[in-house]
Amino acid sequence: MHKYYLNHLQELEAEAIFVIREVVAQFDRPAILFSGGKDSIVVTHLARKAFAPAKIPLPLIHIDTGHNFPETMEFRDNLVKRLGIQLIVGSVQESINKGRVKEETGLNASRNALQTVTLLDTIEANKIDAAIGGARRDEEKARAKERFFSHRDEFGQWDPKNQRPELWNIFNGRKHQGEHFRVFPISNWTEMDVWNYIWKENIPIPSLYFAHEREAVYRDNTWMPVSEFLSLREGETIQKKLMRFRTLGDITITGGIESDADTLEKIVMEVAATRSTERGNRGDDKRSENAMEDRKKQGYF
Amino acid sequence: MATNTRELLRFTTAGSVDDGKSTLIGRLLYDSKSIFEDQIDAIRQSSERKGLAHVDLSLLTDGLRSEREQGITIDVAYRYFATPKRKFIIADTPGHIQYTRNMVTGASTANLALILVDARKGIVEQTCRHSYIASLLQIPHIIVCVNKMDLVDYSEEVFNKIVEDYTEFASKLDVTDIRYIPISALNGDNVVNHSEHTKWYHGATLLHELETIHIGSDYNHIDARFPVQTIIRPHSTEHHDYRGYAGRVAGGIFRPGDAVTVLPSGLTSTIKSIDTFEGSIKEAFAPMSVSITLEDDLDISRGDMIVKENNQAEVSQDLDIMMCWLNGKKLQPGSKFYLRQSASEVRSIVKEVLYKMDINQLQRIEDDKEIGMNDIARVKIRTTKPVAYDAYRKNRSTGSVILVDESTNETVAAGMIVE
Repeated sequence: MHKYYLNHLQELEAEAIFVIREVVAQFDRPAILFSGGKDSIVVTHLARKAFAPAKIPLPLIHIDTGHNFPETMEFRDNLVKRLGIQLIVGSVQESINKGRVKEETGLNASRNALQTVTLLDTIEANKIDAAIGGARRDEEKARAKERFFSHRDEFGQWDPKNQRPELWNIFNGRKHQGEHFRVFPISNWTEMDVWNYIWKENIPIPSLYFAHEREAVYRDNTWMPVSEFLSLREGETIQKKLMRFRTLGDITITGGIESDADTLEKIVMEVAATRSTERGNRGDDKRSENAMEDRKKQGYF
Repeated sequence: MATNTRELLRFTTAGSVDDGKSTLIGRLLYDSKSIFEDQIDAIRQSSERKGLAHVDLSLLTDGLRSEREQGITIDVAYRYFATPKRKFIIADTPGHIQYTRNMVTGASTANLALILVDARKGIVEQTCRHSYIASLLQIPHIIVCVNKMDLVDYSEEVFNKIVEDYTEFASKLDVTDIRYIPISALNGDNVVNHSEHTKWYHGATLLHELETIHIGSDYNHIDARFPVQTIIRPHSTEHHDYRGYAGRVAGGIFRPGDAVTVLPSGLTSTIKSIDTFEGSIKEAFAPMSVSITLEDDLDISRGDMIVKENNQAEVSQDLDIMMCWLNGKKLQPGSKFYLRQSASEVRSIVKEVLYKMDINQLQRIEDDKEIGMNDIARVKIRTTKPVAYDAYRKNRSTGSVILVDESTNETVAAGMIVE
């Protein structure tokens, strides 16, 4: 093997650090969109690496739906304290109070869709001109052609007809007044890469990702955690399960899977196994999880 | 599967409509088990609805087709799969619409190009065009997949004729590593598994080539180049005087103690340390992201390039460029642009169009110099400030530029510096 070579995780890391540094170099007020999920945790970790020994020169933005896992909030606050950086919270509850958005009602009510308004308001209020996110191209088809530097017009919208071609490693962050960019440093990572990297780097993640006992209800092919926001439907019963979450978002829309993976190594093995056996039997967990990811994306990206 | 030691191979697929490119990509994703059950279910059902006897793997990339119908710009879609040996990133460029623009974009980051040839048709105009672009973008490796071998009875003569024709054509190109594989993407012959039908073929399968082709030398490890992206100044008590130049090594190998020159200023110093989050390291090479500190306090800013004193890049305000125009708006004579190259940005003007390329005939067009979408042309550019660069042949990173329209901020052209 050639002596001067990087393995795939090292190369992906070098690429992501390069992209994050480009953001800080090209924009006046960039920020990291932090959801408390593994992808934004990895992005924050990469930002730390990009500017060491200095602090991360970026604030974290968290869009708070008010329906959070307490573990996520605790994790967020500890992280911000440890890194010594600013946290900007955009509150969906405030958007509701101000009449910017209307609370959904009904059995499937969720504040997920409302997040977009709060996010754009937060970006505008803080004059953020580049928001770094943890979205990946392997998440779904439409994301497969997203850019690293994704241009948003003055309404914060993405115009797929007007995407800038992105060549080599030259990123064009030029914009007009009022426009901003979303930037995705881990575009080229897959779910497997993210888990392998967390494992290799031993990055702290919320305990919710590890197998634990919790009360949950089986709904739409997934285990919904019991919380003050969950109302039982007819025929549903609360059960105690050894489970974990593969993605984290708003507690009202985040379902978990039955699992005994309580270490990073076991999680990596579990994700790898899920991938290779999915073809053989119907992966209902995975289906619901895709739907979950989609909803997450509508709100955040 | 949970290995951390895979290599990364980026490749682009070049093909036209109906050459089986979608099927081939679908086959690679499917046979490498990169497809989820729900995706397979969906295409199995669509295939049944269409009355097909087999699962149409080309439907896996169907998202693009429906988007096209809605009039959304489709350029490059990125797809991922991994085997125990390597992780692959496919830059999948659709065949016909704005072909040149898309393929140039996809090819810009690729180590390898897959070029599909329909066994029944042989080398056609499109094959030449794809190959020319691969050569122009200096993709180090080309694999020519002679597809649909099942439709020519897996004939060795047909395959050999195509290899012969392509080899002759390719002698006009600047590509050194070309391999040929007879395949049927539809049936999977020689894609992942050796085919029973081509006993006369003793070469590797496509996946085997993708997994083993040597890419360790694709980066230039000779000419040391470090474009400065940004400067790290912690302003903390612990690191009070720390001044690190952050960037990604674009070529060569840097070590502490190296005598370096900063371009374009020409200031000199010595590397004090090469730092990463994990600590200082003894060597940095492409494509690592690191920070470099110098022994002397110099005036260095974003866009400058640190090189070794005894091996310097070119510095000039006049650039000779092969340019691909990417925008619907034509090039207006005398228009000004921001020219971006590595981390630098300078204003520039296209002084002269020397000639346009007819990329089907590989001939120069000298009597029509109007440049529009998808045109490839040799141009002379003058910049307002000196730029440190290398010829694209020598370094794909320090030898590439983009032009940004000053009024719309759009990326309107991609360029490869000739010299």
